[in-house]
Amino acid sequence: MNQPTYYELYKLLCTHNNLKIFFIFVFHLFLMKILVCISCVPDTTSKINFKENDTVFDDQGVQFVINPNDEFGLTRAIWFKEKVGAFVDVLHVGQASADPTLRKALAIGADKAIRIDTPALDAFVVADQISNYLQANPYDLIIAGRESIDYNGSMVPGLVAAKCDIAFVNTCVQLEIDGSTATATREMDGGMEVLSVDLPLIIGSQKGLVEENDLRIPNMRGIMQARQKPLEVVTAVESLAKSAIQNFEKPAPKAAVKLIPADDIDQLIDLLQNEAKVL
Amino acid sequence: MSILLFAESQQGKLKKGSTELSSYGFALAKQQNTTFTIVTINCEDADQLANYGASKLINLKMETKHFEAHAYATALAEIATKEDAKIILIGSSADAKYMGGILAGKLQAGYVTNVVGLPTSNDPLTVKRSVFSNKAFANTTLAGAINIIGLSNNVHEEISQDSSTTVEQQDVQTTAKCTQASLEQSEGKATIADADVVVSGGRGLKGPENWGLIEDLADVLGAATACSKPVSDMGWRPHSEHVGQTGKPVATNLYIAVGISGAIQHLAGVNASKIKVVINTDPEAPFFKAADYGIVGDAFEVLPKLTEKLKARA
Ligand SMILES: Cc1cc2nc3c(=O)[nH]c(=O)nc-3n(C[C@H](O)[C@H](O)[C@H](O)COP(=O)(O)OP(=O)(O)OC[C@H]3O[C@@H](n4cnc5c(N)ncnc54)[C@H](O)[C@@H]3O)c2cc1C
Repeated sequence: MNQPTYYELYKLLCTHNNLKIFFIFVFHLFLMKILVCISCVPDTTSKINFKENDTVFDDQGVQFVINPNDEFGLTRAIWFKEKVGAFVDVLHVGQASADPTLRKALAIGADKAIRIDTPALDAFVVADQISNYLQANPYDLIIAGRESIDYNGSMVPGLVAAKCDIAFVNTCVQLEIDGSTATATREMDGGMEVLSVDLPLIIGSQKGLVEENDLRIPNMRGIMQARQKPLEVVTAVESLAKSAIQNFEKPAPKAAVKLIPADDIDQLIDLLQNEAKVL
Repeated sequence: MSILLFAESQQGKLKKGSTELSSYGFALAKQQNTTFTIVTINCEDADQLANYGASKLINLKMETKHFEAHAYATALAEIATKEDAKIILIGSSADAKYMGGILAGKLQAGYVTNVVGLPTSNDPLTVKRSVFSNKAFANTTLAGAINIIGLSNNVHEEISQDSSTTVEQQDVQTTAKCTQASLEQSEGKATIADADVVVSGGRGLKGPENWGLIEDLADVLGAATACSKPVSDMGWRPHSEHVGQTGKPVATNLYIAVGISGAIQHLAGVNASKIKVVINTDPEAPFFKAADYGIVGDAFEVLPKLTEKLKARA
């Protein structure tokens, strides 16, 4: 039989209710603590429309989901929890409308959710809140998506790294942890690099960290358990936005496609060369 | 007040985007009625940027030979302070986006990414950036004492100037947080990030054994190869080639999509490309609505012919 991991041992001991508190305390000393920062974004199929004179995103009929890049990170965190033992918390900066998304994170395996209760005005506000939370609640590994698919800022993990003066590895596609050091593979333009870095570490997660079919769909048991798990609402500290959206614009409508017969490749080459001027 | 521009290099050589960024830098300086300084790090051919109208060209010599985001951000923060820069310009490469957040955090600067043009107003500084994966733009004001603009790829015309800025060498000392254990880099091959042409294949190609068709076409065009998400999920191609909303963004001059249906998530990631060509057997494929040129036809017949004709032309 395989050696039981800390986490399995922990689960076993925790079935003894009166010992639970004690063991949670003891295991907190041993197990890695992971914080996954989660953004709630419109589902990828959403129609993007604006209201109030194009100043506000129109969320009517829009389904919100965990940002895909964050979900890859969360899934890797849960993998750590199950394979080597870890406490996995998820954190969201925003308002109560995100609570169902946080419950989903709990249903697929996170232990605790934290919501810092303030409108996520921009990346600076979000990063300030996360950094402030980290000062009082240290974690070994912090995971944030490399970018959120709504505002595409790609800013939060770098800002947090600078504020907390911890190491950051972006576009992380592989992550192993051994004691207090991590080996992280970063995807670059046209290559990969393997980095060795001390914890605490923040990564920008994306696909590759886990595969598409490792992603989890909450099952009934998970959903029931999620209801019992803590969702802490934390008061925000004061922080100022450094950017503000004045209004949105939609791209100009596209001209109709020019169809070229399949047997007239010369015409395509001619158009690309002389009309589009891209050859 | 002045503008500081970071021109990236790789293995000592300037990256392709640096001339576009420098041209933007010149136009921005003119608009803001100020001068701009170009900074490179461990770059051997920084003099290639002599004729872009910068008032200074500084190459920082750093111990760490390869790109390390923390060390680079620290060095740039230092020089930005020294040069009293109020606007910092960076690109949109993976390295730039990695380092940008750290730099903004260090300087407590405002920062916007994916900017698609010159500021539309100076007071307050207002820029247009792409959001919702190219489905919209947001006119955004910046309120930092220093602000960082991350320019998208392929949005500004390259124009050289009648200048001959000389390169100043400066030594910097910074400490890295990450140690590079190994590096794997495709030499001399176009990357999705900076290729002028990207040839992309979808499930319509039926299997990995047919990818020679995509590669041959890419070869004649000097193009990078890419793929749709299911193609990388099935392991036909590496994840690094997956483009779209949840993969790499593409903003190239010419994007050729073969056997790709044009799902909303795919289009979101490639729409910023200037010209899109689609080759698909199904005339109803949604990609035809987003493309500039289209061929309704079988990839297995069209691709070899196209490759051959382009070869003959070259
Ligand atoms: C959350 C989420 C995120 C996603 N993110 C992305 C993303 O980032 N990028 C992405 O690409 N997808 C993404 N998708 C998947 C997307 O919805 C589509 O499933 C995917 O893009 C389809 O890939 P495809 O076009 O290769 O395959 P298909 O949709 O199966 O299309 C294959 C096409 O090939 C054509 N064809 C067949 N035979 C031939 C032939 N012989 N010659 C020419 N054409 C032929 C067919 O007519 C068809 O149009 C995402 C989905 C979700 C749910």
